[in-house]
Amino acid sequence: MAILKVPLTAEDHAQGPENADVTLVEYGDYECSYCGQAYPIVRQVQKRFGKSLRFVFRNFPLSEMHPNAEAAAEVAEFAGAQGKFWEMHDRLYENQERLGEALYLDLAEKLKLSTTALRQALEQRTFEARVRADFKGGVRSGVNGTPTFFINGHRHDGSFDFETLVSAIQQAMVTAKSA
Amino acid sequence: MAQSSASNVTHRSGVLPAGAVAPNFTLHVTPDQTLTLSDLLGRPVILAFYPADWSPVCGDQMALYNEILPEFRKFGAELLGVSVDGSWCHDAFAAARHLHFPLLADFEPKGAVARQYGAYRAVDGVCERALFVLDKKGIIAWSYCSPVAVNPGADGILQALEDLPK
Repeated sequence: MAILKVPLTAEDHAQGPENADVTLVEYGDYECSYCGQAYPIVRQVQKRFGKSLRFVFRNFPLSEMHPNAEAAAEVAEFAGAQGKFWEMHDRLYENQERLGEALYLDLAEKLKLSTTALRQALEQRTFEARVRADFKGGVRSGVNGTPTFFINGHRHDGSFDFETLVSAIQQAMVTAKSA
Repeated sequence: MAQSSASNVTHRSGVLPAGAVAPNFTLHVTPDQTLTLSDLLGRPVILAFYPADWSPVCGDQMALYNEILPEFRKFGAELLGVSVDGSWCHDAFAAARHLHFPLLADFEPKGAVARQYGAYRAVDGVCERALFVLDKKGIIAWSYCSPVAVNPGADGILQALEDLPK
């Protein structure tokens, strides 16, 4: 059973309280269609568990397969550096079929981020190191494709449909409370 | 931890364990070229047996390894994928997924090499998802057999490469 090897830190992009019973970590790729399918499901799961669940997203762009995945990840990190990670993350998934510079600039404008600064960050690969660090940590933790989920540090090898995720999280909750 | 679970699985599935000499083989790498394992002596080799080309998921095992190739190469390691698919099939698969490492066709006699490594699933007629890391001398340093439906990822391989004597 693969275990999350890179502990959660303040650098992580997280939603939900730090002391939540269960933490769900996703390693995802903005261009991966399966991650696109998982996006609304994760939302539902978050709604279902409310404050008992913390959700963390880390980058795992499969760049050989998905030519836009790396840049999209860097765009989300660019927004994240200005406190708007989730706003950008959500919009990237909601516009997955339009990934590309035109979309990034458009989204930056909508989020009131500087398009000049975004262009510069992409050209200078300002957020490449951050994205690579996520990727490498994922590899060492046994991420085996996208999306890969970890529930309280254990890789979730089941499917990511709503029912399966909910029941895996419920089980983790029971384990956490009995420990 | 990874080690103990690996050895349990090794026991169950019967893949060749650490310490065994890796059986030599010559297999087609393209329709008109072959590759012989012993030609790679002097550097670590990763053998990744897998059931079939064209598994219908994003980031399947071979595509994942393709992304991680730079990490493997830091150890000077060669990665070889092995399945019972023919070399024309491998060609098309590698081209479609932009794979930058060789896929070997354990095609005729079918699965003969996989059988020598204890990595053949006779019930299904395909290779197991079995991983072997060979040291520079062609000795198996680490092996692992994953449940066939579970992509094992690359963490075990990287750990094994790291643990090789320098």
